Amino acid sequence: MTLPRDEALKALIPHVRDDDIVVAVYQTCFDWLVLNPRPLNYVSVGAMGQASSHGLGLALANPDRRVIVLDGDGSLLMNLGSLVTIANAGVTNLYHFLAANGVYEVNGAHPLPGAGRADFSSMASTAGYRGAHRYADLDQFTQALPQILDAAGPQFVMMEIHGGETYPRDYDYIHSSAARQSFRDALNRR
Amino acid sequence: MSASPQPEGDAFEVARPSGAAIIRAVKAARVREIVALPDIVTSDGLLWPISRDPDFRLTRICKEDEGVSICGAMSFNGTRAVLMMQQTGLMDSLNAIRAVGVDYELPVVMMVGLQGKEPHLPAARSGSYGVRIIEPVLSAMELSYSLVEEPGDEAHVTQAIDDAYAASRPHIFLIGRPPEAP
Repeated sequence: MTLPRDEALKALIPHVRDDDIVVAVYQTCFDWLVLNPRPLNYVSVGAMGQASSHGLGLALANPDRRVIVLDGDGSLLMNLGSLVTIANAGVTNLYHFLAANGVYEVNGAHPLPGAGRADFSSMASTAGYRGAHRYADLDQFTQALPQILDAAGPQFVMMEIHGGETYPRDYDYIHSSAARQSFRDALNRR
Repeated sequence: MSASPQPEGDAFEVARPSGAAIIRAVKAARVREIVALPDIVTSDGLLWPISRDPDFRLTRICKEDEGVSICGAMSFNGTRAVLMMQQTGLMDSLNAIRAVGVDYELPVVMMVGLQGKEPHLPAARSGSYGVRIIEPVLSAMELSYSLVEEPGDEAHVTQAIDDAYAASRPHIFLIGRPPEAP
C-alpha cells in the first residue's frame, strides 16, 4: 500500500497556514503549484538535492514562520548530510516531508540505489530530528498531520507514494525571476 | 646533501592579513550568519574566533553546496551571511553556485581558503594544480572574486559584501595566506 501523491498533498493543504513557507521539488512541486498555488511557495531550489538546505536557510532566517519542505527521495540522496546539518542547527520550525517513490521520476523513472530498502525516516531519526515518521496509508497519514505540524521541529515525514494525477512540468516558471520576485515580495510584505 | 636554491614555500616569512580585521569588516557589513566547513587556512585566524564570538550564529554544515543554498535562501528576507570553506569545497559546489548564485542572481558571499598555496606565491604560480585553477575557473564562470592575502587587503571586505548584496550577485574572497589569529 502506498499513498497517491496528489491525495497526500491534498491532505496536507488544510494544515498549511498562509504565512508558512513551502519548499517543493520536482514532480511534487509541479503538483503542489497546481493544487495549492500561493505566494509563499518557494520553487528556487536550483540544483538537485538542495531543497532541504534551502529550507534550512529559510527556517534560520524566518524563525517566526513554519517552513515545510516537500522533498523527493532521489533528491535527498544527493544531500543526505543535510539531515545532520538540520538536526544540529537548532531550528524548531522546519517540517521535512519526503515523497518516496524509489525512482528518479523526472529523469526517466530509473530506480534509486537502495529503492525499497533505504529507510529515510530512520536516517532522519538517527540524524537527530525531533520526530520522524513513515506512512504508506492515506488515512493514517491524514490523521497524523495535525499532531506532526503542531509539534516542534525538525520533524520528518516519509511518505511512501505512487504517482496519482500528475500536473504539467513547468520548468520555465520554477526557474524564473518572476517566481523568485513573487516569493520575495510575499515574504517581505508584512 | 645538496642545498636547495629556493626555500620551500612555507619557509618564506610573509606578512599575513589580520583575522581580527577581517572579522571586523564582516561585522561592519552587517553579517551575523556564518555557514562553514573547516578549512586549515582560515581555521585559527577566522573560524575558531568566529565560533566563540557571540555576535555570530555559526551553522556548521556537512558539505559545501548546502551552504550555498542556505545562504541564498537566507537572502530572500535580506539576511546576510558568509559561507566559509576551502577551495576543494568551492570546486565541489560549482553547480550550486551556478544555479543559486548565477542563474538565480542571489548574493552568496564566500570566503575560501586556498589550501596548498605557497604563501609567497600568487595563486596563478602555485605548484598546486588545485590552487592554480581557481581564478581561471571563477573567471570562466563570470564570478566576482578578490584576494585577501596581505595586510591591508581586509579593508575591501566590507564594501565587497555590501556590493554583492546590492547587486544580488555572488562574491568570493580568496584567502591566500592564513590570517593572523586575533
